[in-house]
Order: sequence, then C-alpha cells, then structure tokens
Amino acid sequence: MTPAGVKTGLDSSRPSLAPYLLSLPVFLLFVSIVLIPIVMTVLLSFHDWGQYKGIEPVFILKNWREIWSDSYFHEMFARTFRIAIAVTVLTALFGAPEAYILNRMRSPWRGIFLLIILGPLLISVVARTLGWALLFGGNSGVVNKALMNLGLISSPTPFMFTETGVIVALTHVLMPYMVLAVWASLQRLDPQIENAAVSLGASQFTILRRIVLPQVIPGILSGAIIVFALAASAFATPAIIGGRRLKVASTLAYDEFLNTLNWPLGAAVATLLLLALIFIIVISNRLVERRYGEMMQ
Amino acid sequence: MPFLVLDRLTKHFGAQIAVDNVSLAVEKGEFISLLGPSGCGKTTTLQMIAGFVRPTSGAITLEDKDLLAIKPNQRGLGIVFQSYALFPHMTAAENVAFGLEMQGIDREERRRRVTEALELVGLSAFADRYPRKMSGGQQQRVALARALVIRPQILLLDEPLSNLDAKLREDMQIELRQIQRTVGTTTILVTHDQAEAMALSDRIVVMNQGRVEQIGPPHETYERPATAFVASFLGKTNQIEAEVAPGGGRASLGSVTWPIPPHHEGRVVLSIRPEKIGFADPGNGALTGTVKTRIFQGNHWLYQVDTAGGLITVIRQNSGEKVPAEGEIVGIAWNASDMGVRAVRGAMA
Repeated sequence: MTPAGVKTGLDSSRPSLAPYLLSLPVFLLFVSIVLIPIVMTVLLSFHDWGQYKGIEPVFILKNWREIWSDSYFHEMFARTFRIAIAVTVLTALFGAPEAYILNRMRSPWRGIFLLIILGPLLISVVARTLGWALLFGGNSGVVNKALMNLGLISSPTPFMFTETGVIVALTHVLMPYMVLAVWASLQRLDPQIENAAVSLGASQFTILRRIVLPQVIPGILSGAIIVFALAASAFATPAIIGGRRLKVASTLAYDEFLNTLNWPLGAAVATLLLLALIFIIVISNRLVERRYGEMMQ
Repeated sequence: MPFLVLDRLTKHFGAQIAVDNVSLAVEKGEFISLLGPSGCGKTTTLQMIAGFVRPTSGAITLEDKDLLAIKPNQRGLGIVFQSYALFPHMTAAENVAFGLEMQGIDREERRRRVTEALELVGLSAFADRYPRKMSGGQQQRVALARALVIRPQILLLDEPLSNLDAKLREDMQIELRQIQRTVGTTTILVTHDQAEAMALSDRIVVMNQGRVEQIGPPHETYERPATAFVASFLGKTNQIEAEVAPGGGRASLGSVTWPIPPHHEGRVVLSIRPEKIGFADPGNGALTGTVKTRIFQGNHWLYQVDTAGGLITVIRQNSGEKVPAEGEIVGIAWNASDMGVRAVRGAMA
C-alpha cells in the first residue's frame, strides 16, 4: 500500500474499505458453510418427495402442512421442548448452588473441583452418554439397584428409551455450561457486599436469598439460554438413550434424511426447530435485558 | 469509662503478625483515625471490631460488654467500605432500607427513616436510582446513609474517600465531619491519607507494622511526633544529626549549636518541620547552606538548602518577603522550641 493509501485508511472522515476487506475472508467462509446450507435446507423443505420419484424441486407446502396437521409431529416437538425445559430447570437448580459452593472453596480445592466439573467437556458427548446407558441398562442397571437399595423406589424404573433417562443424561452433559455461566457472574460480585449485608444484620440465608441470588440471576438466565438451546437441538444423547422409540426433533430429522430418505420432510423439521429456537432465545434475551439491563448494564 | 476498648488486640496470619498488641480506648462520640501505610494492620484492626476477622488474642469491649462474643450480624455497627459495597440490584432507598428491614422495623417507620437518612446526605432526589447510575461521590453518600440509618453504636469507615478524586475528597471530608458532628456517632476511620486523618479526627492513632506508634490529637501528633516513624510519616520533617557538646545541654554541628534537654549525650537527631524554618544572614549562629532548588507552589515556596547537615527542606509562605535565588548562600534558623530531639536510635525524650 502506498503512504497515501495508508493516510486515507486512517482518515476518519472518509469511510475506509480496509475493515471490510480484512473481514471479507471470514465473511465468505461464514456465508459458504453456514448461511448457504441453511438457505438450501429452508428451500429443500418446500420441495416434493415420493417413494419412487425421489426429490422434485417444486415449491409446495406439503411438508409444512404435514407437520402442521399430524399429531405425531406435535407430540414430538412438545417432547423436545419438554425435555429442554426440564433439563434447563434441573441444570439451574443444581448448577447454581454448585457454582456458589465452588466459588467459596479455597485453593487448591477450588481448582480441583473446577477441573472435575469442566473435565467432562473434554470427553466426547457420545462417550459420556454411553456411560449413562451402561448405568441405566435394564432392570438390574446400577442406577436402579442403587435407588432400590436406598429405598427410593420399590420396583425398577425404566430409564433407557424414556424421557426421564434422556433428561438425566442431558442434564449431566450440559451442567458445565450452567456452572460456568453462574461462576462468571459470581466472579463479578464484590466480596465486601456480603460483609456489608452481615454488618446490617442479615443472616447467611438472607444474604444468599436477598443479596447473592438476585445478582447472579442474569448469569443463571444466560446459562439457561445456552443450556436450553443445546438441549433442544441435542442429537447424540437423545439418539443413544432415547433410541428409535423416543424421538426428538433432531433425531427425527436425522431419520427422515438417512433412513426414510425423505429429505424435504427432514428439512422442514430441522427448519422448524431452528426457527423455534431462534424465536425463544431472542424473546428471552429481550426479557432478560429489559428486566436487568438498567441494573447490570 | 471509655465507650469502646481494644485491649492488647493481636492477629497473626500464619507466621505473619498483622496486628501486634494494639490497645485503644475510645470515648463516646469521638472521631478516631487509624492512620498508617498499607500493611500496617489498620484495616485488620477495623475488621476485628466489625467481626469479619477473629483476633488471635486480646479483647474488645463495647460499653463493658464483650464484643467478640457477639456475632458479626448482631453487633449493630455501621460500616462504610472502600468499594462502597452497595447492593447493585437495589435502588438507593432500598439499599438504605435493608438494615432497617433486618431489624424488623415496620414499613411506615422504615420509609420515614430512609427519607431522613437520604436527606442527611443530600440525596433525596436520588432515592429510586440504581447504584450504577450514580457517581462515585453519590454512591459514597448512599453507603454512608445505609450505615447511619440503623443508628449504629459505632460507625466504621474503611478508606471511604480513597476512590474519589482530590476535589471531591476534600468536599466529602468537610461533609463527613459535619454529618458526624450532627449525628454524634462514635466513628473510627481507617486511612493512609494523613491530611484526611488530620482534617477529620479528634484523635489519630498512627500505626506501623501492626503496632501503635502514637495516639493523640492531630495537632499534637504533628507537632510532637513520639517516634522517628511518626515524624517522617506525618508531613515532611528535616532530620539533622548532631553531636552533643561536652557537658551536655547543647547539640552542635560544626560551629552552630542549639540548646537541647540536658540528659542527652553522644549523638542526637534533631527534627524540624520545613515550615518552621526561616532565612537569616549567613553566619551569626545560623546554619549556612546553598539554595539548591526553589519551587513556586502558589501559596508557598519550597526550597532545598544544601548544608553541612544534609539537604534541608524549607517552606516559606508567599507573603512578599525577600525570596533567595537558587545558588545563593543563606543562613537558616529556627526556634529551639520547635525542634524535636532524640537519641540516634530510639524514642524521643
């Protein structure tokens, strides 16, 4: 570049091309591997499909109408979001206290337990889920035996191929994301604030409920959004624990693509899942920001 | 009977001694400053009174009651923290009301007292603001109102002004003093800023390395520092080493002599404040030296005079008197009564 060119680049009064040129490669990458496939999937969902004729590139609403009218799809989407909501609530219930306890630990315990919580992220989801499948397996599975010996249940509860099983396994798999989000917001707390509450006569429980919890709620909510999105679109865990019998949106889309070979219907399911997730996440983000924006900025 | 008594208070952190045998008696309504450099144990002392740190040994009594036996959340002390430690999810009024709520005071009375407290610190118009939307000075006032509204027996201030800029800090000092006079709460201030301590306190406790160096009213502590540390920490001090003349009663440096208390012998250190030194003609019994630097600082001149006793700092008011130039040979002199004398190593007589 000539010196004159450099000068132009630094001149703030004239818009410079440099930032655009510099971000062009990554923009092209994003367009080619994210945007184009999504647009193609959306277009695919409007195509026709027949057992013998295959995919016909026409524009019809057949697949969308099928999803809209067939109660099988309603049930399947309802199950997907039921699981996602249950997993989100459970990770919040366990993850938030976990993060708080972790935050109050002293070194070296804090580092060790943080590693224990985050360590599973380094292991493949498939491996972790297969671990749960082993624990759940059959009426004489380890989990059932343990629960019966503790007297919590009288007869074996089926975990494999049930929503309960999927929820338990997904909760475990996604817990680190919640712990990390809450942990991050706990790190921002001023340690003197708890002392201030003590000096004003608050008990430990009051401090947790009135001082700490309200301040980490934005962290819990952002963790909840991440966990919800990951749970609703999870594939490996529902595929292994839920199997063929208990389908969720992602495993159904997979089956339509790879088993039935009805790509357009699979594309419609995938598109609907994507749209529903975007809608829910944007709305909840809005709500979080409106409620906590002024206070937390 | 003193109101608050610290009796041989000591705190060890492992092998490190943070607070060493600190004893202090505070009268009701008094404003006391714990002053010292960072790491001198002043904050740890405050935290032991507040109950956030348990002393290794020693006792704290408040109106003859053992304070250490009372849980920190039952002590009823008002504390203002360096970071203010306001509850960010509550408005100014809710912050102030929190302590009253904990005391189970009913809604009507609570509202009345919150309004009163915010009025006291001049923040009535900001009751419904969140802390993040307030300036540092305003947050500071909310923190003060929150501590005072519970009518604490003692108000503890932990470096409350150190996060404010210089101008605001001066304003807040005056205001803090006025508020404390109005309310009459016994107050303990922790600070490393000697000007702040002198401006606000009835008495200053100068601390160093966990120990109390001197306790006294600001003016007295400044004028008659008990130890070398206090002399150098409070304001600027010139220290001149001199020889006790044979027979005692006089200290000499070359041909210049000063009267000193008769019991000194050997070598002594004379300490003299820069603003107590005046210029005189060279010779004639005055210490002679060359003006090395001369700096104009608005209301006063700051000189460094190179003498046989080392570099001496002199401060003269900008009152129109004759101003020696750099390089000029001058005599410097002072009243013997303004001068401190102590043995070379050890405490002052």
